[in-house]
Amino acid sequence: MLRLEHIKKTFNPGTVNEKCAIQELSLHLKPGDFATIIGSNGAGKSTMLHAIAGGFYVDEGAIYLDGENITFMEEYKRSRVIGRLFQDPLKGTAPHMTIEENLALAFLRASKGSIPFSRISKKDKEVFREQLALLEMGLEDRMKQPVGLLSGGQRQALTLLMATMVPPKLLLLDEHTAALDPGTAAKVLELTEKIIEKNQTTCLMVTHNMHQALELGNRTLMMDGGRIILDVEGEEREKMTVSDLLAKFQSFAGKELDNDRILLS
Amino acid sequence: MLYVIQTALELGFMYALVAMALFLSYRVLDIADLTTDGGFVLGAAASATIAAMGHPVVAVFAALFAGAAAGFVTAFLQTRLGVPPILAGIVTNTGLYTVNLMVMGWSSNVSLLKQETLFTMLRATGIGGSWYKLMLAAGITILMGCLLVWFLGTRLGLSIRATGDNTEMVRASSINPVFTISVGLSVANAMTALSGAIVGQYQKSADINSGTGIVVIGLACLIIGETVFGRRSVGRNVVAAMAGSIVYRFLYAIILKTSIVPIECLKLVTAIVVALAIASPSLRDWAALEKRKIHSDKRGGR
Repeated sequence: MLRLEHIKKTFNPGTVNEKCAIQELSLHLKPGDFATIIGSNGAGKSTMLHAIAGGFYVDEGAIYLDGENITFMEEYKRSRVIGRLFQDPLKGTAPHMTIEENLALAFLRASKGSIPFSRISKKDKEVFREQLALLEMGLEDRMKQPVGLLSGGQRQALTLLMATMVPPKLLLLDEHTAALDPGTAAKVLELTEKIIEKNQTTCLMVTHNMHQALELGNRTLMMDGGRIILDVEGEEREKMTVSDLLAKFQSFAGKELDNDRILLS
Repeated sequence: MLYVIQTALELGFMYALVAMALFLSYRVLDIADLTTDGGFVLGAAASATIAAMGHPVVAVFAALFAGAAAGFVTAFLQTRLGVPPILAGIVTNTGLYTVNLMVMGWSSNVSLLKQETLFTMLRATGIGGSWYKLMLAAGITILMGCLLVWFLGTRLGLSIRATGDNTEMVRASSINPVFTISVGLSVANAMTALSGAIVGQYQKSADINSGTGIVVIGLACLIIGETVFGRRSVGRNVVAAMAGSIVYRFLYAIILKTSIVPIECLKLVTAIVVALAIASPSLRDWAALEKRKIHSDKRGGR
């Protein structure tokens, strides 16, 4: 489904700020894989997602999605098949536009080739209403309100809906619940699981919660220094505990897992 | 007196197209588009030159097209070549000076003395009586306003609005910001040029310097309108741009009649009004901070 082959990225090459963010990284996700990613600060987790989404082009190596080489495909074109959620709930929605208008934008992905001058139809609105109802936040009755009036959690739930309403081939989640309060975070996470389960979406999720890293999905990746240092799935993963994970990290990376936000419980 | 009101309304409606164009570029796309001054003259020049050849209707469409092309150049500079948005507008604007001279046959003005214009054509039909000029000006502007509101509700329009509202989100939702900015600036400058085209035929002349300060006047109109009508929905914003332009022309007429402000100073006054209006949020913050400082001094000294 997704194949990263020996990708490499150095930021600010040739300067004092030179940073090799990703080195010789390879990864293969099977269709329907839901992998969680953990790692220390600056391990390259977000950079890897950014590389896949097309925020920059990699220096070396190749990226394949569904058999297609997307290494030099422009970001907006990749967005047709890759859904994305950031940590900051404000990044995924347009605050001065209504809920309905935001959803219509997300719906554009599905309507490739449709007339650019078409408007939001009654039928579209019905679909939006149904989908919003699934969030159980009462947003279906506020479709004419600007998104700027919603809370962070509501905005993130809306972003999740926008990213998945037209099921993407790949969903990238970059600590998308980290900035929310615990209750809302749990709610958004539950929705995420439900939607991924329903669509059988291939998904990569960065988290700083060690427990989640083992509980969610079917695969756990651990990153350090721009590499994937651990990749577990199946039976091995089921038996694993948080302390096993920490011990593994230490033995592979030769240091303590150093992430200032890490949650061990 | 009636004549003064009539003229103010006519000018208000014609220049409202510039305010609407700035609503699209400055408010919707969040780009200060300085192509406006040159684009206005470009419209006037194209319109007057082609009307002088005897095709006043074709002239208007040519002006629209020319304006769109100017907007596209500005967009191209900033999206593809990485020129900062404000500089991109200035560069195009500077280049347009020569283009405008060229359009007018290397002369600094073109006059339409006996030639037919849209206005003389309408007068000949007898529709509207002595209000025919206002009818035409208002008709075109209101039509363009409706089209603009409609356009911003389409999928393409929504994409343009999102581009100005949250670029990051736009890239993550399969919209190409290069495309939306290009379309947005082209449409905005087409409207500016249309304003120039109508004004050119109205005044029966085009002058190379007629665009100086149009962008600031347009912003003043936009801000006046927003202050009166608010900024809640797209429809309301477009109406506000029109109303603001009319109010501005009334103020202009009053100043002209009463000489409260010497007419030579009008551009300076306009510039100050615009600067203050745009600065008002930070001025308000500053005032609030000063107030808090004074209060905390008092409390500390107690």
